[in-house]
Formats: sequence, C-alpha cells, structure tokens
Amino acid sequence: MSDIDHKARGSLLNPIKNWQFFGRKPVTESLDPRPASLNYRGFHLNDWEKCIGCSTCQKVCDNAAITMVRIPGLPDDPVKGVRNERPAIDYGRCCWCALCVDLCPTGSISLSREYVHTCTEEEIGSYFVLPDPNGIHGEYYGLGWSKSEDADLVDLERQSMAESAPEVRIGTFDEIVGGFDPQQAIVEASRCVQCGMCHDSCPTHMNAPEYIRAIWKGDLEEAVREIYRTNPFSHVCGRVCTHRCEDACSVGRRGDPVAIRWLKRYAMDNVDHERVRAIAAEGKAEYISGKRVAVVGAGPAGLTAAFDLARKGHEVTVFEGLDKAGGMPRYGIPEYRLPYDKLDRDIDVIQAVGVKIQYNTWIGRDITMAQLQSEYDAVVLALGLQLGRSTRIPASDHGQVRKAVTLLRQITAGESFDLPRNAVVIGGGNVAMDIARSVARLQKQQYGEVRVTVTALEDRAHFLADPAEVREALEEGIAIHDARGPREVVLDAGGGLAGLTTWRVKSIFDEQGRFAPTYDEADERTFEADMVIEAIGQMADTDLLGEELTERLEWIRGRLKVDETGRTSEAWLWAAGDMVNGPDVVHAVRDGHRVAAGIDEYLTATEAARA
Amino acid sequence: MRAENYEAVRQPPSNEYELNFGPNHPGIEGNYALKVKLHGDQVVAARADGGYLHRGFEKLMEGRLWIQNLALVPRICVPDPAPMEVCYSVGIEDIGGLEAPERAQWLRVLQLELSRMASHLFAFGGHAATTGMYSPMFWGFADRDLILDLFEELTGGRVYHIYNIPGGVRRDIPEGFLDRVTSVMDYIESRLSDYDNLLFTNQVFVDRARGVGTLNQQQALEWGVTGPNLRATGLAFDVRRDDPYLVYDQIEFDVPTEQAGDAWARTLVRRKELVESIRIVRQVVERLPSIPGPIRCPIPNPLAWNLPAGETYTRVESSKGELAYYIVSNGGDKPYRVHVRGPSATHAVQVLENLARGSRLEDVAQIMFSLDACPPEVDR
Repeated sequence: MSDIDHKARGSLLNPIKNWQFFGRKPVTESLDPRPASLNYRGFHLNDWEKCIGCSTCQKVCDNAAITMVRIPGLPDDPVKGVRNERPAIDYGRCCWCALCVDLCPTGSISLSREYVHTCTEEEIGSYFVLPDPNGIHGEYYGLGWSKSEDADLVDLERQSMAESAPEVRIGTFDEIVGGFDPQQAIVEASRCVQCGMCHDSCPTHMNAPEYIRAIWKGDLEEAVREIYRTNPFSHVCGRVCTHRCEDACSVGRRGDPVAIRWLKRYAMDNVDHERVRAIAAEGKAEYISGKRVAVVGAGPAGLTAAFDLARKGHEVTVFEGLDKAGGMPRYGIPEYRLPYDKLDRDIDVIQAVGVKIQYNTWIGRDITMAQLQSEYDAVVLALGLQLGRSTRIPASDHGQVRKAVTLLRQITAGESFDLPRNAVVIGGGNVAMDIARSVARLQKQQYGEVRVTVTALEDRAHFLADPAEVREALEEGIAIHDARGPREVVLDAGGGLAGLTTWRVKSIFDEQGRFAPTYDEADERTFEADMVIEAIGQMADTDLLGEELTERLEWIRGRLKVDETGRTSEAWLWAAGDMVNGPDVVHAVRDGHRVAAGIDEYLTATEAARA
Repeated sequence: MRAENYEAVRQPPSNEYELNFGPNHPGIEGNYALKVKLHGDQVVAARADGGYLHRGFEKLMEGRLWIQNLALVPRICVPDPAPMEVCYSVGIEDIGGLEAPERAQWLRVLQLELSRMASHLFAFGGHAATTGMYSPMFWGFADRDLILDLFEELTGGRVYHIYNIPGGVRRDIPEGFLDRVTSVMDYIESRLSDYDNLLFTNQVFVDRARGVGTLNQQQALEWGVTGPNLRATGLAFDVRRDDPYLVYDQIEFDVPTEQAGDAWARTLVRRKELVESIRIVRQVVERLPSIPGPIRCPIPNPLAWNLPAGETYTRVESSKGELAYYIVSNGGDKPYRVHVRGPSATHAVQVLENLARGSRLEDVAQIMFSLDACPPEVDR
C-alpha cells in the first residue's frame, strides 16, 4: 500500500489498464436458484412423526411468526405427550433466525435449503405455510440448518438428586432422596419449556408449568398456590407420584425429563407449614351450605373429595377404620419413600379447611351404610385396595405365606410379626419392591444381613415397578429373578415352610391379550425361604356394604360401576380412588375432585329444587 | 397597532434556495435526507433529516428475551451486521459472567473481519459511484458477494448471520471452509491493484475527492468521530488495538492512518484496512485448526434465563467506527434498557452537517459516502 501516496495525483492512464477486463465474462448471478449451503437457513421443514405439537418453537419465535394449527387425524394423546398440533409459519414475519430449530425439544423442526417463493397478490396467503418434511413447494431441496449439538439450546441433563448410599439406607427407614437445594431447584426449573404436556398428562391436571415457573422465579408460595389448585396431596405426590408428567415431558424426548415431581417436593418442603395451610384455605366458601357428606376411607381419594367439599361449604365427616388417616400412602408405602410426617402435613392442611375425621370407626361394624344414607346427604366410598390377592398355588394357604399389603400395614403400624430370615417375594410391581425392601431393612436391623429374593413373571424390561425402585432394590442386596412363575410353596417334613418352586415363564398373555401365563416346566428352580410374600395385586374389601346394598349396586368385573362423576347406581352413593381405578395416588386425587364436583352439583341442584 | 409588533418580511436572496437532498436519492445512502440551503451550487447550510428507517430497535429489545434480540441487532447496520451481534453477545456474557470459549472467540474475529471487508468493499464502491464512477461499485459488489458466500457457508445466512449467541457461536466451520476462505482472500488481494488502477491512482477520482469534506484532528475529536474517519485525520486509534477484545491481542495487524482528513483520505484508509483485514483473516485461518472446541459455553434455557442485575458498556471496532452497547439488566429475562452507541449517528448528523456546509452540491454525496455512515444505524 505504500505505493499510494496521498499527495500523488495518480494518472489519467491508470484506469485504462482495466480495459483488460473488456473481453472477460461478466460476474452475473443467475436468476435460477443455485444450491444453498449445507447450513442454509431457508424455509422450514418439520418431521411430523417426530413433532409432538409442544409449541416450544412458537414460544421462542422472535416475531410471533409461528401459529400452532390443529391437524385432525394426527395422534393426540396426552398420556404419551403428543398433541395433534403442528407449527405453521407466517413468512411475512419469519426472520429465519432458526431459534425454533435450536430450542425444539424433539429436533423435528429444521430449515431447508429452499429459498425462493413468489406469488401474485391473490395468492398472498401462500406465505403462510404449514411445513412438513417435503419442503414448501413439495420439492425437497435438502436439509439446511438443523439440530446440532453445538447450537442445541435444550438443557438435556437433569440436576443430580442426592440419595443416601445403599449401605447407609439399608439399615434404616429414613428417606432415601435428599431433595434439591435452592440452586439446583432453580436450575432444574429453568429447564422447563412451558409446553404444558405435563399438565395434560397428569390425571388431576396439575398446573406444573405454572409452579415450575414460580419456583424458577423463587416465589415458592406462588408455587404452592398453583399446586393446591389441583392437589391437596402435594407432599405425597412430590415424593411417590407415578409422575406421568415426566413421561410426557417434551424435554424428555431427547434427554432427561424435567424433574417435575422433585420440584413439587422442593416447593412443598420449603414453604412454612402455616403458610401452606393459609394458601390452601384461600378461596374457601364463606357460607355454610347445611349439607352433610360422609366419606368412607381417609386415603387420597376420600380426603381430596372431603377437602373440595369442605372448601365449598359442606360439612364433611371422614370415617377411618384405622387410628391414623392417609390410607394406602401411609399403610402401603414404606417410610423410606414417604416420611409419615410429610403425609401428616398434607392431612393437617385438609383438616384445617374443616374436614372432620373419625378414626377407628369401621363402617359396616360400628355404623351401617343404611345409617350413613339416612344421616348424610351424600356418601363417598373411598376404600382403597386393602386385600392382597393370592397366587392360589399349592400350599399358598400356609401360615408363613403372607400378603404384601398386610405386612406393609403391620410394619407401618409397628405391629410385631415373625420376621423371616429368608424371604421370597412373588411379584414385580412397586408393592413387591416396597415389601422386599422393607423386609430387607428389618432383616438388616435384626439379623445384620439381607436375604430377600424377588421372583416376577415379567422379564426385567417389562417390570411394572418403577425402574428406579428396581435399581435401588438391587443396590440394597435384594436378589431379583425375572420371568419366573410360582409353581408351589414347598413345605418341609415338619410342615414348616421351606421355599418356593418356580418355573421359567414362556409367555404371560395369550394371543387375545388375556392373562394366561405359560411355563417351561423343565426349567424349575426352588428358592429357599421361611416366608413367602405374595405381592401380585390387591382388591377392595367391600363387605361393609352389606348383602342388600351389594345386590342393589351395579358392578363391572368385580368393580363398582360408576358414571363420569363417580356416582354409583345409587343416587346418594359415590365411589372413588383405587377401588374404582386401580392403585395410583394421583388418580385417586383426580377421582376425589371428580366425585366432589359431582356431589356439589347434586347437592346444589337439590337445594335449588327445594327453593 | 404599534410599529414594533411588526416584523418586516424578509425574502431570501433570490440566489439562495433550499433543496431536499433525499430521502430517495441516488446520492444518499439508504433512506436518509439532508435539507441543504444553496447559494448557487455552494452549500450554505445543511440539516440532517433522518428517521425514515426508525424501527425502534432499542425499545423493541426491552420486550424480548435476551436471546431473541440476537435476530434483531444485525438489522441495525445492514452492511456490517457482525459487530452488532458480537457486541451484544459480549455484553450479555459480561453481565451474566459467561466466557466464550477460545475457539468461539477466533471464529468471532473471523466473522468480524470478513464483515469489515464486505463493508469496506461496499463503502469505497459507493464513494466511487458518487463521483460518477460505477465500475468500482459493481466490482465491489461482485467481490463482496464472495464474502457473503463464505458467510452463507459458515453461518447459514448471507446478510444477517445471527451466528453469535451469548457464550459463543452457533456453528463450527464446515469441512474445507478455511481453504475457501484462503482462496477468497487470495482473490481479493489480487483484485486490489485493479481497484487501485480504477480508483485510488486514478487522477479523475483523486482530483474529485482530495480536499473535499476536510476534517482536522481536533474537530474529529470534538465531534466524536471514530473509526477510519478519525484515523484519516492522523490519529491511530483502533479499539481492536487500544482496548483489545476477543483475541485481537494475539493477532498482528497495523492501524493505517492518513493525515489529510478529507474524503480521499478516509476512503484510502478503508482501502488500506482491507489489507490489514486480509492479514488478520489469514492469521485466523492459520491458528484456528489448532484451537480446540467447544464453540459455546453452556447457557440456560433461553425461555427461563434471568440475567443478574447489572450493566455493561461493551465496545468493538466496527467498519464504521466505534460501536458500543450499553446494556442494563434488572435481573429479568429481558433487557431493562439497551442503548446502541453507533458510529454512524455521529458521522451522519453533526459531522455531515458541518462538512457539507461550504462544500459544493456535487460533493455532498461523496462527503456522506466517504464518511461511510449507515442510515439504518442512525435511525435504529
């Protein structure tokens, strides 16, 4: 550059040198589209198979260019976390920044290498495009900017949860999971993209996006308020919920789902109990309706119904046969998963809105159903599934063959029983894990060693138990033998229990999908034991209804028939919870709300009719 | 009625008249206007009249998530958008306590220098056109297109790259990219003598541009002039060298200056900076393969990202001069306030008004182009 001097005037001849370009090919850009680069940000593509309609693209769009359009015929299943909505792009607004691509939880949306679109004034609507995998003119120009690890803005990794080590926890019933610290909770909450799949999949439709956002903002009271809008068993659900929300979580499509259950637990654990009581009572009716409702069973379904009805101004009495409320969460779930003081807090909040609980009162023995019918305007049956089912294999009626639910109840109640030195559990669900791990703890405390074997029909991949439960059970030294069916209980010469003989399972269901296990009888194996525990399912104890009422009621395959509000064929009688739905806390809560709404409507209607 | 309440109607001298120069005029950059008062073809007074491109970016930014503004900021200066992204991202990193990995910093330098070259090719082509010489403009456009091809490959966008993100950049270089960068550099380098023949050693251009719109160093400093316009008055100040950001402190380059401070000197500085930018790009090409990733540090979910409360003033050397972002966070997920300190706002208003005064009408356009002011950035 030193050759150009500011003072030099240059020459008139210099430009003439560039006449050398005269004969050269000019630089022109063709009017025809040329192939764009591999990273090009052209019109969108969307893989409809991968897309779940979560609308995260819409939320991050700078220009409000994305509208979610409902496409009838596409899968729409809240439980699976799929909506039949797909993003449509307004190319009058889009700026091709590709943030929609980078934040897409599933990786379905991408940009193509197609970039030419013109239209006449009449076709102006053609700038509003519903992208599919084929390109906006049906011609595929190739993938441009798409999901890459470098630019992915979805945080796929969950905050780690502190858990006590197997060798520590096996000797105690102390809670295993430590809970988030504030920093972890905020980071975990920040992973949420607010798609609401969790809300849709939750049986009771908890406002998870709202309480997660409140936790992220550090407003835990607001989080508790959102939680109590739909769930008075929040301490319980924050610990032992089957978390369908997390199964449906859109972030979980490619990574770990947001730890929604642990976040709920964090909010509940970190707000002062007095404040929780006050928040739960917000919006309680200020009048007294004068209507009386009896609830049979103080479990999640019954108490949720009672909570709702009490908030609506009705007088509610809950009858509980045992000396503490809580139902299956107390008497079925071991304390290392659900500390009972947390359950007590949930119950205390429910009682604080005016629910009365009458303990040690067995309906059918102390009070008859007929009395309830005459004294109350409506009755809710929320009995739970208290009776264990039997395998009915030979010698299963032996005294040392026990039902898991019964044992779990005894352990919670602190009743002594002859703790086996060597136990075999039949079953592969959560109850089987609960009893196996409870017995293991007691063995460790009393005998110093764990000797528990679990045999299950299912193979490991199809266990009904939560995978975390199975993992933790194995860590605690419990032997798990999958795909083994019980053949008979083996007795020794003295009539004492010696073990359980099993066969290898070939298949569990027949071609019609009915339960009809087949076994490979050549593969027989006996597990030594001085107690066999059956954990293969539970049923409701409906004896309290009495013969006459049982006759009058309509049943479907052993379960009470109820309508969409949970009402039985008797106008005054509703049923809710596990006895209607099968075992699950959060379904029981949903059911509680359902019958409460039905009863409230019924009571209000009768009041209106009278007026 | 008393006599003092009357003011005699003053007619302007019949040889003085007002001319609307722009907003739609081939001699003005973008949609921008000057109201010039002329005496014959001598400019008596000039008044900048902007606002035709006002989109309210700074206000818009307050309503958008931190990350969403990344698609907005490049639009503040169309010919040189890269410094906008980098400056905004670095500002957020500063408030948020993030650090872009080294590789990302080198990639940012690459993007910035390519963008500077594209902008300079645009600028001196534009200056040539205002003196009636269109070939350098066409050539500048055609050669700039090669750089846009590189941008397309690297960032996915030719003009608006949206390549930066707080914490780093969004894509690593594609396969074989550095070779193509080198060949474009070689080509542009080979073209410089053609430009010189046509423009910088062309007596017609030299005579037209020399002594036009002269600014001395003191005026430049008083009026807030920065960048090539300041360096054309003999002051070697360059943010890249004097307040280094990214990895500029590891790169060798000179800061070219000229003494005359006129239109010719300003454009000549840009011509010399092309050489320096090529030098820098070549160093990036050499160093980049040995610098390991990643290209971005982890950042939170953009939909739930509160930046800590705080404020920052980040500056970079754009092709037009010193560009800075003053960003204030009140701890929320959106900026509380963003102010853009753009070089063009000074150059196209007070400097242009002052330089146009006393010049001839035919030179007004070249004064504006030699200042390389960018109206979209003036208006924002």
